[in-house]
Amino acid sequence: MKAQDHLNQLVRLARKIPVDSRVPYAFEKRIMARLPKVQLPDLWTLWGRMLWRSAVPCLGVMILATAWSGWLDNPSDLSDIDLEAAIQAPIQNLVEASW
Amino acid sequence: MEKSDSELIAEVLEGNTPSFEFLVIRYQPRLFATARRYARRESEVEDIVQEIFSKAFLKLSSFRGEAPFEHWLMRMAVRVCYDFLRTHQRSKETTVTDFHEEPDWLERHAGTETLDPSQADGARELVQQIMSQLAPAHQLIINLLEIEEKSVKEIAQLTGWSIPLVKVRAFRARAEMKKILSRMDHDKYL
Repeated sequence: MKAQDHLNQLVRLARKIPVDSRVPYAFEKRIMARLPKVQLPDLWTLWGRMLWRSAVPCLGVMILATAWSGWLDNPSDLSDIDLEAAIQAPIQNLVEASW
Repeated sequence: MEKSDSELIAEVLEGNTPSFEFLVIRYQPRLFATARRYARRESEVEDIVQEIFSKAFLKLSSFRGEAPFEHWLMRMAVRVCYDFLRTHQRSKETTVTDFHEEPDWLERHAGTETLDPSQADGARELVQQIMSQLAPAHQLIINLLEIEEKSVKEIAQLTGWSIPLVKVRAFRARAEMKKILSRMDHDKYL
């Protein structure tokens, strides 16, 4: 019961404390000087930001695609002769066409 | 003729930032009074008010004008004060000792009609010392409900809490406050 009385006394006392709404001198100037700069983002900034954000997912996709293609085409099947034939194919085509 | 809040807000949103200064001048006394209920040091009070205005400026475009600007700003103020309380929780062991020499201060001054300036300072210090022992949410609710005498619905709007949550927290806040006062009474501080 005594605690309730003390609580009531405290509340009564707190309500009696005059509201202190004093403002430091030229406080509004300080606020205005420290306002966060709100800048409208231009298109190039947005584009650059999007590119940076997409860099990591693109890298991930690239790694996955490389791994997948490597897994599909067994590199041991690709002999030096096959590579040579692939590179020379356009030349061969030209030679055949000239005949 | 003074411009209305909505006119000033429209100007700020169109890019005329200096118009915001009129809003600052209009509402800073109210915000200082609110911030002084939660912070003791003047530097902390200034930081709180600055934070409120910075947030208000950044989020001004989200103000839809359905309620008065003052209500919107006060909601922001209460939330900034609550964040301040949560980040500046004081040690519960380092309080009340300052009032050891004036054990019956509360009883003596609760009954007087008005407080003179020195008594008001002492009372403010005492109330804040006791309040600072409460959990931040309880401190906020005692301030709003008991001292500022706001309704549960108003508190729910200001804090963003549901009405049942406000009621539960009010009940717990009173219980915690009584516990602190009983302990002080037991320790012969009152």
